[in-house]
Amino acid sequence: MSGDVAVAGVGMHPWGKWGHSFVRYGVAAARAALEDAGVAWADVDLVVGGETVRNGYAGYVAGSTFAQALGWNGARVATSYAACATGAQALDTARSRILAGQCEVALVVGADTTPKGFLAPNAGERWDDPDWLRFRLIGMTNPGYFALYARRRMDLYGATQEDFAAVKVKNARHGLNNPYARYRKEVTAEDVLNSAIVSDPLHLLDICATSDGGAAVVLTSTDYARRRGLAEPVRVRAISTVTPTFPQTVLDMPLFSTDSTAAVPAPERTFKESLADAAYEEAGLGPEDVDVAEVYDLSTALELDWIEDIGLCKRGEAEALLRAGETTIGGRIPVNPSGGLACFGEAVPAQALAQVCELTWQLRGQADGRQVEGARVGITANQGLFGHGSSVILSR
Amino acid sequence: MTATPAIEGWFTTGPEPVLLGSRCLACGNVSFPREQEFCCNPACRGEDFEGVQLSRRGRVWSCTDAQYQPPPPYVPATDPYEPFALAAVELPEGIVVLGQLAAGFGVRDVSVGSEVELVVERLYTDETGDRTVWKWRPSASSEERTSDRGRSQAQPLIGGEQ
Repeated sequence: MSGDVAVAGVGMHPWGKWGHSFVRYGVAAARAALEDAGVAWADVDLVVGGETVRNGYAGYVAGSTFAQALGWNGARVATSYAACATGAQALDTARSRILAGQCEVALVVGADTTPKGFLAPNAGERWDDPDWLRFRLIGMTNPGYFALYARRRMDLYGATQEDFAAVKVKNARHGLNNPYARYRKEVTAEDVLNSAIVSDPLHLLDICATSDGGAAVVLTSTDYARRRGLAEPVRVRAISTVTPTFPQTVLDMPLFSTDSTAAVPAPERTFKESLADAAYEEAGLGPEDVDVAEVYDLSTALELDWIEDIGLCKRGEAEALLRAGETTIGGRIPVNPSGGLACFGEAVPAQALAQVCELTWQLRGQADGRQVEGARVGITANQGLFGHGSSVILSR
Repeated sequence: MTATPAIEGWFTTGPEPVLLGSRCLACGNVSFPREQEFCCNPACRGEDFEGVQLSRRGRVWSCTDAQYQPPPPYVPATDPYEPFALAAVELPEGIVVLGQLAAGFGVRDVSVGSEVELVVERLYTDETGDRTVWKWRPSASSEERTSDRGRSQAQPLIGGEQ
């Protein structure tokens, strides 16, 4: 039996600030994915929802919420939550069920509405919750963490704020031709550098926004795809959702301390390196096989970290790759041809699925105006709070 | 008005304050904040810990600041809001701890690898008085402070790793 699963369809609701319920975005994305796949809702035998934690109980049971909105059809259901990796974990659940022979057609949906400004914990006092304490005792926001990583790039590798601005300029240009992106406007380096500093060294335009959005993927067994006449569908080659290996020595959101190396030395790979490494190993591929990547640019500087984390270049060399134009569409290894979080803003449970949607369009040659020519292998990477992260490898 | 820690038992007060961590009696792993349930070393099933005082001095792993007031449950120290800096500091115990920089210090006063020491200062004031928290104060003299990075290219440290 093939270890692969077919991506039969993908769909998205445009990212933005629309004022609708998350269910509306999810259903729109789901219907678009089903139509793209040529699959009827009645044929779906597994629904997996990505949970949203900011939309009440219906959000916690997103899988069944979407299933009910589409109309109960007796399908199996599951709901996943893995912070920013939610969509990939949901996809992994669906893929595993298909590979286990428990279902043939899985619909995976994630959607969110997100507040403006800093993401903050839910109300109430929680003195044993690190995510609460980091605000109360230290005043550490999410951009604060992105800024720590950015500052390290400057002091260790000679990165500059201009380098970071160049990432935004590149991604803004990519996003011009993405109808699902929220921000579709050229941005200059001066725009970035003149925007207010939020957390040194990061300016406002270095940091991604938060958005409403919805994305969906229809996975099927390769048998089903063949029976339905889907010629050469995009295939899922790997999904990695590994946890860190002790000791986690990189200060990781939302914690305010790391593990210690007092008893156990640091592992060979950092957590983020291990995400892509596990995916490469599962797929039997390496960074040299990758034609296109979608990485989690919560900040501009973080994209540079990711490029190294997924092995596209050696540690400290990402700025050189960027400056040479290699990570721009047309370059050797385009990164974030969708425009990235820079053009979307983050809709947590949908975002990892959006990465998969983009790579699917890229691998099919359907990414009009932002096509990476000849793309056959794509990789995603993202990371969320509390030891969550993911990497998905697709090929065609 | 009295000054009390914003959280009990995490640090000492006095002229040479330290962070209070824990050490697993079975494997020697060190934790901050103190581990109270299960040793987080996957090779260890220890559930007994002794208190340890962590080193007072460490090296900056990285730094940043908060130009905008963080959302609740952060309690502003002043009204109107005044930005503050933060540093993640690597201690000899092989652990990195985040904290604000001491009052009056900003990102230009530290750099990756520069030395800082622990102090305890006011975090905010409530109806009981000043509430304090650990912070990091640069050890370097003013001559050794990092030059203004501005938009110029910073000098990379040799052998730096992520």
